Amino acid sequence: MKNETLMPTAPPITPVEPPRLRIQDVGRDFHTRNGVTHAVSGIDLTIERGDFVALIGRSGCGKTTLLRMIGGLLPPSAGTIEVDGNSLWRGSHVEPSAVTKLGFVFQESNLFPWFSVLDNIALPLKLRGMGKIERRERAAEFAALVGLAGFERSYPRELSGGMRQRAAIARALSTEPELLLMDEPFGALDALTRERMNLELQRIVLDTNSTVVFVTHDIPEAVFLADRVVHMTPRPGRIRQILPAEFPKPRAVEVTTTPEFNEIVRILRRDLDEEE
Amino acid sequence: MSPRTLKMLPWIVTPSLVIVIIFLWWAIVTFFNVNPFIFPPPQAVAESFVQLLSEPRTWSAVVVTVSEVVIGFLIAVVFGVTVGVLLGKIPWLEISLRPLIVIAQVAPKVAFVPLFVIWFGFGLTSKIVLSALLAFFPIMLNVLLGVRSVEQGHREVMTSLNATKRQTFFQLDMRSLQPYLFAGMEVGIVLATIGAIVGEYLGGNNGLGNLVVSAMNSLDAARTFALILLLSLIGLVLYLIVNEAKRFVIPWHESVYGLRTATA
Repeated sequence: MKNETLMPTAPPITPVEPPRLRIQDVGRDFHTRNGVTHAVSGIDLTIERGDFVALIGRSGCGKTTLLRMIGGLLPPSAGTIEVDGNSLWRGSHVEPSAVTKLGFVFQESNLFPWFSVLDNIALPLKLRGMGKIERRERAAEFAALVGLAGFERSYPRELSGGMRQRAAIARALSTEPELLLMDEPFGALDALTRERMNLELQRIVLDTNSTVVFVTHDIPEAVFLADRVVHMTPRPGRIRQILPAEFPKPRAVEVTTTPEFNEIVRILRRDLDEEE
Repeated sequence: MSPRTLKMLPWIVTPSLVIVIIFLWWAIVTFFNVNPFIFPPPQAVAESFVQLLSEPRTWSAVVVTVSEVVIGFLIAVVFGVTVGVLLGKIPWLEISLRPLIVIAQVAPKVAFVPLFVIWFGFGLTSKIVLSALLAFFPIMLNVLLGVRSVEQGHREVMTSLNATKRQTFFQLDMRSLQPYLFAGMEVGIVLATIGAIVGEYLGGNNGLGNLVVSAMNSLDAARTFALILLLSLIGLVLYLIVNEAKRFVIPWHESVYGLRTATA
């Protein structure tokens, strides 16, 4: 390379990290007896590392459908979903390398009743072929992280609803996912337990530096937890607005009484009430 | 009622009822002067029972009958699980075979004994086949139901974890169907016992069923009663073994766990 020195110096290439999650023009139709329903249509959303995004909307707005598409449970009819720059879906099949970066928490804990808490948390590791001793050690760490130390050997049926959801969260976290997807995880809990679980979730997310997409229909919950609240409207499910909720973290319950917090809640409530 | 009382209850009620029944039996037979050839008094049955236990041929008959039941039952479990899982997992197979399954299920299988004797001889095999056949249906149908009853939410967990079909089968399907399998086995072990005994009644030269027939032929009602008592005890022990296995294999299940907490 003789004339190397003669070449103009190239601008330094800054490696652009792809966003954690990039959703482009995603839609989903359901074919029913009465024709085609557009459950979700034209969704564009980009989520960066460490973001906590809440999806909120009335029932039927497609928020759960969208989350299931992101989670590899339901193939989209249109558009692309990329995790760390890699496409999640190839037709109606999930890309294993992309789906292994996800952790999913369902509305029901969906713990396996025949496994102890520890073995439930260790299940994802077992499926990945990790040895028994190692995965149980890891699972015990995550049980402690979610506040279930001392309950490792209990069966799910012996736990309260809140504790079961803690175990479900630990199970989702056990593989240290790049992206944590939560579908109304506290929807079935009473108000007091729910408030405590929100604080716990915030702590866990900060401890693990997780990126989260969180579906809920509870406005204060969304504003309390999220950096951005994505408001979806039904028929077809679209994004209506994205409101930032920029409060320093960790947030205490007291943040919910500040005027700034209540202003966001007020806007969301007003706009949600407009919808029939 | 306190849990402790609840736990004690069967230990008080069962012996009391047995005593009352035996007393009534004795009273009726004595006061109505029933012919002992028709209805022997309890003490005669007890005597016969003790006599029965002292005979070596009783014990060899017990070994024969229990072997038939256990072998037949195990065959039924293996085939019941295999067929149940296949039919549960392959809907078109189940749909196309359904009429035949229903016919086979309602057919009085005991009526096949003469044919089994022709095909498999007077030995153990014909009884084992009848045992297995009787126990097969409840086990297969329960397993089929179990495979179909896997919770959708659990399936989604496996999907979200990118589990292979094989992993889902062993970690989820096979686990979910265990309570159903045990429900089938509890019915199956009783039917397997009936199968072996009926087989011995109709085409046997050995086993407890055969002893019942010869006691009957010599018009020894007390001995017949004693043999029925012994058969019931064997049936009870076999059932308890299956039941105990259930408590060991699925301690988490409502049917086991609920009982434990209710009586603990």
